[in-house]
Amino acid sequence: MSAEGLTMMLATEITVTLITAFFFFKILRTPKKQEPDSFSKNDSE
Amino acid sequence: MASNDSSGWGSRVGLVLAMAGNAVGLGNFLRFPVQAIQNGGGAFIIPYLVCFLLMGIPLLFVEWSIGRFGGNKGHHSTPFILDSMDKRALWKYVGVFGIFTNLAVAAYYCYLESWTLSYVWHSIADSFGGQTQPEVANFFGNYVSLGTIEPIIFWILCLLLNTWILSRGLSGGVEKAAKIGMPLLLIFGAFLAFKAVTLQAGENGALHDGTLGLNFLWTPDYSTIWDAKVWLAAAGQIFFTLSIGMGSIQCYSSYVKRKDDIALNAMSAGWMNGFVEIVLGSAIIIPIAVGYLGIDGMKQLLSEGGGLGLGFKTLPYLFEQWGSLLGVIAGVAWFGLLFFAGVTSSLAMGTPVMGFLKDEFNWKEKNAAWAFGLAVFLLGLPTVLFFNNGVFDEYDYWAGTVSLVVFALFEIILFAWIFGMKAGWDEINQGADIKVPVIFKYVIKYVTPLLLGWVFINSIPDIVSTLNHDKSKEKIAFYENAGEMKKKSEEQQKLLLKKSDFKQEYLNNSITSDEKLDKNKLISFPTYLLIKKERELSKIITDNTYRMSKIESENNTMLFKNVSRIFLLLLWLGIAYLVYLASRKLNLKKS
Repeated sequence: MSAEGLTMMLATEITVTLITAFFFFKILRTPKKQEPDSFSKNDSE
Repeated sequence: MASNDSSGWGSRVGLVLAMAGNAVGLGNFLRFPVQAIQNGGGAFIIPYLVCFLLMGIPLLFVEWSIGRFGGNKGHHSTPFILDSMDKRALWKYVGVFGIFTNLAVAAYYCYLESWTLSYVWHSIADSFGGQTQPEVANFFGNYVSLGTIEPIIFWILCLLLNTWILSRGLSGGVEKAAKIGMPLLLIFGAFLAFKAVTLQAGENGALHDGTLGLNFLWTPDYSTIWDAKVWLAAAGQIFFTLSIGMGSIQCYSSYVKRKDDIALNAMSAGWMNGFVEIVLGSAIIIPIAVGYLGIDGMKQLLSEGGGLGLGFKTLPYLFEQWGSLLGVIAGVAWFGLLFFAGVTSSLAMGTPVMGFLKDEFNWKEKNAAWAFGLAVFLLGLPTVLFFNNGVFDEYDYWAGTVSLVVFALFEIILFAWIFGMKAGWDEINQGADIKVPVIFKYVIKYVTPLLLGWVFINSIPDIVSTLNHDKSKEKIAFYENAGEMKKKSEEQQKLLLKKSDFKQEYLNNSITSDEKLDKNKLISFPTYLLIKKERELSKIITDNTYRMSKIESENNTMLFKNVSRIFLLLLWLGIAYLVYLASRKLNLKKS
């Protein structure tokens, strides 16, 4: 691959992957809100 | 009207996966890489990301906010969600687009989805084993021409599956499908991307390394950045890929309570779609196609049938080169991935229609789901039966393209200028688990509406040209003009002579049928396509009857397209009438 193509690809893909992972993990790690919330699975807890 | 809604989301992860599944569709794998190649390669990512930041993310915030706002007032479909934001009658009817688009897009999208299901089956049954490239391509041609009843069976199966999942409600159906479909999609995508990127020249018949395709796709041509067409293509891609302007995001978020977050959810679902599109979407079809066909061959195929043609007509053949077992696994992974991408999107198209029937006409969940299934069957029937007459494309253009831009333009005006940015900004930040940068307040108010207006204005010439059937008229003029055909034929001959594997005997009269040409495995696919084109041209030049039949076929296409337009217009008016009835019912109840 050309250096230009490789740089463009890696820069874009790493940035997008990190941002996606950051937001998704933030969702997983954010504490649940007090009942009643929007999600039925929290109800039984 | 108070909602009789008993449904809602089971978990936050389920909601985000369902919303990401709504956005991730077949276009992530078949449309994005083609758009990138045609618009500056790696440089396309710059306008693409700029449009994502200035149009995609703001519209995601807006649609999630609008949905949650309306949902907390008991409405789960755009006519009455928009009505809850401003009482002027106009907005209810603007909201009709949010039901119309979902119904009309589902009508052709479910058919497309059924192809993927059928191809999964054919991959398992090893139907493509031992076939030549042209034979695999012909298989697709015969399939959409309804050579057998199989496409209809798979289409009905697909509709039944969608309807059954929808009838199980949001948490019991849609969310479960997303929780199964999205991880499988990522696993299949990662497997195919790995195989594509590690493809080596000389291995399993590959002519080039897979990285040649990646290089071609990612090497930036910065000169294209100043071209307005490239920006328009990037803006268009952002629209299609995020499913904005459809009404499905609003419907999903209408089941979120006011105190719960939408800002982080919107960002997570939006970027997840971006990940699938940019990281996986760019690493599958182009590296594989270039690895086997070279850059010229891949370009030739794209000009013949776009990403869809490449995905269905060529990839099954290329997978076969990986050996019988790996070929089957790759086929199942590829079409399975497309199926999961498709089904998670089509489910999102059903929920606004069901929400409308449940909220405004007190329908039960199951009845509303079956009504949606029946409506999609009736609306989709013309796209299945008359696919080759342009009905499918007509639905896609008016419902899947124009309607999205019109609706998004109206809703951003409503949100930023009529509902007001102060109230709007409070809505976005209400319950937010992230701090939304304040710059988005100004982007939503000024930049996004201007950008959307620019996209719409630039689309007008194309809309006018489509309305006038300019492409069909051009084709008819071509068939009527012998001089033009001869010129084209000479160009084809010149191209053929440049091909190293071309021999004059391929054009000899002794090889009269395409079947004989199909069986000749000595020539490459690009040469095969050129020979076919040249033969077609010779036939058109010499055979007057054939030429007349082509002209007649184009006239038929125009007729079918006109009927489709009337059909779509009647659908819009029909939904508008239902909105009027529901509104009258609501007023009577109030008084």
